[in-house]
Amino acid sequence: MNQYNLNNLRELEAESIHIIREVAAEFENPVMLYSIGKDSSVMVRLAEKAFAPGKVPFPLMHIDSKWKFKEMVEFRDKYAEEKNWDLIVHYNKKGFEEGVGPFSHGSKVHTDIMKTQALLAGLDKYKFDAAFGGARRDEEKSRAKERIYSFRDKYHQWDPKNQRPELWDIYNAKVHKGESIRVFPISNWTELDIWQYIRLENIPIVPLYYAKKRPIVEMDGALVLVDDDRMPKELRDKAEMRMVRFRTLGCYPLTGAIESEADTIEKIVEEMMTITLSERSTRVIDFDQEASMEQKKREGYF
Amino acid sequence: MDIKEFLDQDQKKDLLRLLTAGSVDDGKSTLIGRLLFDSKKLYEDQLDALKRDSKREGHAGGDIDYALLLDGLKAEREQGITIDVAYRYFSTSKRKFIIADTPGHEQYTRNMITGGSTANLAILLADARKGVITQTKRHTFLASLLGIKHVVLAVNKMDLVDFKQEVYDQICEDYRNFTTQLNIPDITFIPVSALKGDNVVDVSDKMPWYHGKSLLEFLETVHVSSDRNFDDLRIPVQYVIRPTLDYRGFAGKVASGVIRVGDEVMALPSQKKSKVTSIITSEGEVEYAFPPQSASFTLEDEIDISRGEMVVHENSRPHIERHFEAMLVWMDEKPMDQYTQFYIKHNTHATKARIDQIKYRVDVNTLEQSEIDHFELNEIGRVVMTTTKPLLFDPYKKNRQTGSFILIDPITHNTVAVGMILDKLSSKNLISRITDKERQHIVKSGSLISRKQREKRYDQKAQTIWITGLHGSGKNELGYSLEKELFDMGKTVVVLDGKSVRSGLSRELDYSTADRAEHLRRVAHICKLLNDQGIICVCSFISPKESIRQQVKEIIGEDRFKLVYMKANLDYCRTNDHYGLYQLADEGKLSHLAGVDETYDIPEDAIAIDVKDKEKGVELIIKEVKL
Repeated sequence: MNQYNLNNLRELEAESIHIIREVAAEFENPVMLYSIGKDSSVMVRLAEKAFAPGKVPFPLMHIDSKWKFKEMVEFRDKYAEEKNWDLIVHYNKKGFEEGVGPFSHGSKVHTDIMKTQALLAGLDKYKFDAAFGGARRDEEKSRAKERIYSFRDKYHQWDPKNQRPELWDIYNAKVHKGESIRVFPISNWTELDIWQYIRLENIPIVPLYYAKKRPIVEMDGALVLVDDDRMPKELRDKAEMRMVRFRTLGCYPLTGAIESEADTIEKIVEEMMTITLSERSTRVIDFDQEASMEQKKREGYF
Repeated sequence: MDIKEFLDQDQKKDLLRLLTAGSVDDGKSTLIGRLLFDSKKLYEDQLDALKRDSKREGHAGGDIDYALLLDGLKAEREQGITIDVAYRYFSTSKRKFIIADTPGHEQYTRNMITGGSTANLAILLADARKGVITQTKRHTFLASLLGIKHVVLAVNKMDLVDFKQEVYDQICEDYRNFTTQLNIPDITFIPVSALKGDNVVDVSDKMPWYHGKSLLEFLETVHVSSDRNFDDLRIPVQYVIRPTLDYRGFAGKVASGVIRVGDEVMALPSQKKSKVTSIITSEGEVEYAFPPQSASFTLEDEIDISRGEMVVHENSRPHIERHFEAMLVWMDEKPMDQYTQFYIKHNTHATKARIDQIKYRVDVNTLEQSEIDHFELNEIGRVVMTTTKPLLFDPYKKNRQTGSFILIDPITHNTVAVGMILDKLSSKNLISRITDKERQHIVKSGSLISRKQREKRYDQKAQTIWITGLHGSGKNELGYSLEKELFDMGKTVVVLDGKSVRSGLSRELDYSTADRAEHLRRVAHICKLLNDQGIICVCSFISPKESIRQQVKEIIGEDRFKLVYMKANLDYCRTNDHYGLYQLADEGKLSHLAGVDETYDIPEDAIAIDVKDKEKGVELIIKEVKL
């Protein structure tokens, strides 16, 4: 209609940049949590734009569980160097030395020690008072009501009963010493928005998102990639090459692949629009998942 | 259409943020569930051409409980989680939508205010069987308070009234009658049955008398971009980008107006001017930026602008005031304490604020106004506020971005209230209240000498003789003559006037209404202290406002306060003006001068002394007051 129309992506982008700048201006020591995933990659790009032509005025921090896909770590190191990011890689040294991992300790213990505890220790070590996370409200139900500035007490805990009202684009950044805020600048983005933006901005993502023939073992119905020889041999021996891709990335033994032919962004979107939509609508209420996410958040994980 | 085309088109869509309010009983969840679900289905159908080998399973049959598609509010309530607002996302081939869904039961005000603050449009539901009920009115009032310009009244459950036009027409008429007293520019009525899907996505054939659009069609086409203000440039500076010594990028969201390369802009409050040399947005270097873009720009001259300041065009400036009126919504469980100095965050600017006065509270159900002295959770009212540093604002009605603020508790750091600044009466017309009443819990230490003993020693009745009158009326001369006379009579007396107090005790205060109230509060407390010591005070202050004089009287105590009115007409005062204040006011160099740009309330209950009889003034006063 007129030259002052902003399309939906640019509007979301403007909102996110506003949030990122607001945090940089009001907090003493913010950090951006970088998970190497597609949402994180978008968030980092937004931060770069927020301070252009200057440098992003806060560090990125990756909590390394030491069980990430090899390709993720390679990707992280490559771009951190190429883009000159101020990147902190933090991991639970004690847990690592004691050999904590999903195969030996099970997923619950592994996640708690190598992810949640590592994150909290990392935040405490550097005394960050604000931490950006790439969570989105449409990811799952317990996030639909999440604030953009999510208050955490000095034990990093989230109290769902005690959230601050959040209106307009005015964010309350007041915290006492030891307390902090988790900030979710891409709260209002949907999965499709993320893919659209990656496409529009040509943002590099870990190749695991694209379909390729990979060595796969089926474990409890999940398609698990044989990423290194820490996977017990009896499992490894069952591996077969299958055309798969990953919709989310995390610790390789805990992240299932899906069978797919989608090897471009366009094909991924196409696949997402058709398969996943019906998948979701046939599986609309998943109380278990919801409750466990809620629980994790209370404990300080995102 | 192939996927590339689809994505290219999808990317160009605009975004509509909408609010839905109501309770489950209205069929709100069913309606949203249907919008979300059916629009997805449409979306997929549109993609059908792409689906060579679609693995898509058939959707669950005809009898879907749409409400189940939303998360179980009940389950969450049982877990003790407060859901004040849940955000949902959906998209059609024409638009993307963000729904702020607020439950209607408890805490409705807080919920709806939170969800509605970013909405362009509100969908309110009415049950066709019940018509316009209290809840409908309440939600409508809140929508108008938030400045939501488009309201859709979805008259739901039409199937239960046999799709009768009379029922619908009556509801529309009732609603129109109710909304005339509110400020909502665009109201649309749509008869629907959320359960059966009539007029939700497709126009229903069951209501041939209805010629409008279906709800979804309406949402896809309603025009909202012109709601934005492209006229008055406001960029609250958020952050200064300094990658090198010679680059200074002022970053901030364009709250309103358009900024262009080459524009002459002005920084406020400094009023320094410069030319825009470059603008960067997320799309790189551009020629102009507009709301709601986040931009950064550089200026020709090296001027200092920091966070909290604002960049505007010189010919359209915001108000710069410390004193204003607002509609306040109390959001905290803890009731308002009138002695608290809150943090106020307004745009990117943070300072402190106090609530001077609650003019009235509005009952959200009846819209009736009542007097209260503090706010409880979910209460809404009109207040007069004063901030420590001036705010750069526009009335909320004209500019949502620069007219809104939040209040933060200084101890708990909770966001306790949110406010919308009202169309400003000039601040000098605002009633000011002397707020800082003595705190009840301060226990005064007991002196061993009573006031009575002191009064006996000094042989006098301790009191305050307060002379009011225009500048130049001869108050001070009268005051000092009175002092001399009393001194000669052997009394112990002190004179306080503007100069003596402003040169020290009130040094940091200016002449705004708010500061003058504070100034006189201090004077009143000095008088009270001195009176308690048995000493007589003679005060000479213009004190033009009756309300303030009354408050001074309250502090000092009625029986020790004697008001004297120095009566002189303005012409006399002008010739008797030793400081040239009237001339400065005439030239616009001075404001808030009683008799020029501020009214003087002539006191009714005072010892009046005409300036013509000023020689007899002292005698008259001494006769009137009990010494």
